[in-house]
Amino acid sequence: MRPLTLRRLFLQCSFLVVILFFVVVLALKFGAVPVSLYALGRDLLRVVFGQSSQISSDYGLIVVNIRLPRILLGIIVGASLSVAGTSFQALLRNPLADPYVLGVSSGASLGAILALIVEPHLTLSPLVAALLPPLGAFLGAAVTIAAVFFLGRREGQIDGNTLLLGGVITGSFISAIIMFLMSTLSGSLRGLSFWLMGDLSTPLQKSIYWFLGIGFVLAAGAIYTTASDLNLLLAGEKEAMHLGVDVPRVRLVVYIAASFLTGLAVSVSGAVGYVGLIVPHVMRFIFGSDHRTLLPTAAIGGAIALVLADTLARTVVAPTEVSVGAVTALVGAPLFIYLLRRRLA
Amino acid sequence: MSPGSSHARHLAEAGRLANEIRLSVEQVSYAYSANPAQAPLFTLEATSFQARPGEIVAILGPNASGKSTLLKLIAGALAPLSGRILLSGFVTHSLTPRTRAQRIAMVQQESTLLFPARAWEFVLQGRHAYGRSLRFESKEDVLIAKNALAQVGAADLSDRWMDQISGGEKQRVILARALAQQPLLLLLDEPTLHLDIAAQIGLLDALRRLAGENRYTVVVVTHELNLAAEYADQVVLMQRGRCLRVGPPANIYQRELLEQVFQTPLTVELGSSGRPRVYVLPDT
Repeated sequence: MRPLTLRRLFLQCSFLVVILFFVVVLALKFGAVPVSLYALGRDLLRVVFGQSSQISSDYGLIVVNIRLPRILLGIIVGASLSVAGTSFQALLRNPLADPYVLGVSSGASLGAILALIVEPHLTLSPLVAALLPPLGAFLGAAVTIAAVFFLGRREGQIDGNTLLLGGVITGSFISAIIMFLMSTLSGSLRGLSFWLMGDLSTPLQKSIYWFLGIGFVLAAGAIYTTASDLNLLLAGEKEAMHLGVDVPRVRLVVYIAASFLTGLAVSVSGAVGYVGLIVPHVMRFIFGSDHRTLLPTAAIGGAIALVLADTLARTVVAPTEVSVGAVTALVGAPLFIYLLRRRLA
Repeated sequence: MSPGSSHARHLAEAGRLANEIRLSVEQVSYAYSANPAQAPLFTLEATSFQARPGEIVAILGPNASGKSTLLKLIAGALAPLSGRILLSGFVTHSLTPRTRAQRIAMVQQESTLLFPARAWEFVLQGRHAYGRSLRFESKEDVLIAKNALAQVGAADLSDRWMDQISGGEKQRVILARALAQQPLLLLLDEPTLHLDIAAQIGLLDALRRLAGENRYTVVVVTHELNLAAEYADQVVLMQRGRCLRVGPPANIYQRELLEQVFQTPLTVELGSSGRPRVYVLPDT
């Protein structure tokens, strides 16, 4: 018997954090404009010591003002989607659940778009106005997952295949509404591909990063308090209840927090797909299916995956950029088919 | 204080424990309907029985007689329409899930796993209700889980994957997880289903021994008339949502009664163990 200890959990997470560090350095170095490692280190140290004014070179400005914020966004969005995917997989007892596949990301996109449409007609303080799209995305995500949950029920029980089919159809229905809205509205809103495929290139205000960071910590923290309950929930709700899990409370906490994480990610990056599907599976393969390990490793793994995918999106056909959602879908969709085939077998 | 008086007090304590009513099902009824406006699809009429520590109670009856509903009511998973169920003086349905899991363990027909787990991980799940803060298992939890596996003779299965062991072995590991809960009341829903006869007897022997050693009160729902006769101290006989009779097997196993309940011609004889034995007669 080798039960999980805090020390082992810490080691596993540290290992991934080291990988994340190298991926971040890689992401800072590569791009349309190449930067030497020496210049990179020098400029980063200047930022750390509060001497940003001394960064004179254009390269430094590219790294600090363009690439670094984008990487930060990739870390938060990747971690959020990955934790949301892990949570949906446990909550719905379906290894193929993912915010994108279930249509939750599309729902969040629609919610954010509706918020952006309504916003000019309301008199709001700048801060509230800035928080309206994330709120709309959260509500969109929450309503969609509730709808998919009810569509996926057959005779009172969740049926895995019906659930997935319900999610895919809901997603394509919502995408159609988004396309309809986009083609009828004038072009003040961000482009169509942003909401349907997702990308990380939009510059954001500094305060939004704080909001995203704190939101992620709170929601992921709330889910983590239910980590060992989720382990038992995988065996079924009745069994979990007999083992002492307060099933309705866990379901509510995870449902709200995972919808919030999806809304958070989608409101700033659009619907980036498959991160929430691929990363939990890879982490489960490496570290096992205990959610006390899986949730934090999936969070760091999600950050690594999305920063890597975004670096690829920026560099593959540089100086043109591919949307990061296209990169994750190119890897994620075949993996989804593989997992589906294995499950059916 | 003399050693003699301490011994006498110990004996008195043991005597008190033996006579203590642990489980008390008092006039419990239940109705199930898909739609509150419609007549119920299934009703369980007022049912009562009591059980002491170390006793095995078998709930018998044909399909749809209300056996599993009664078990769910005892487990506190369903709230009775009327009456109450007391476990050591506490109403089972009112306990929090955590407290309930520390007192009642349920062994169900089939445990399905979404992702693979090793037997020891599975047994440690039984310690969930005792966990603190982030619920990292303590050394004590590990010791209790190891002991539970040893008690059902499954210590060697500890590192095996749950989806790679036989049905009988799996059932023993599931029982070990229930033991790791250190319950007062052990509930089993058709535990011998899908098991070969040797595994059935092995499981019930283990139950008999554990009920004696650990003073569990055991309630088993089963279709196995002869195994129930052999191992149960009390039988609750159910038919179409009614509790027909409660008592020791010798009082319940009467040919006319069983024939009427199970709608099958049969004979009842006394076995070599002194307990009744049922033989189903071929339809003539």
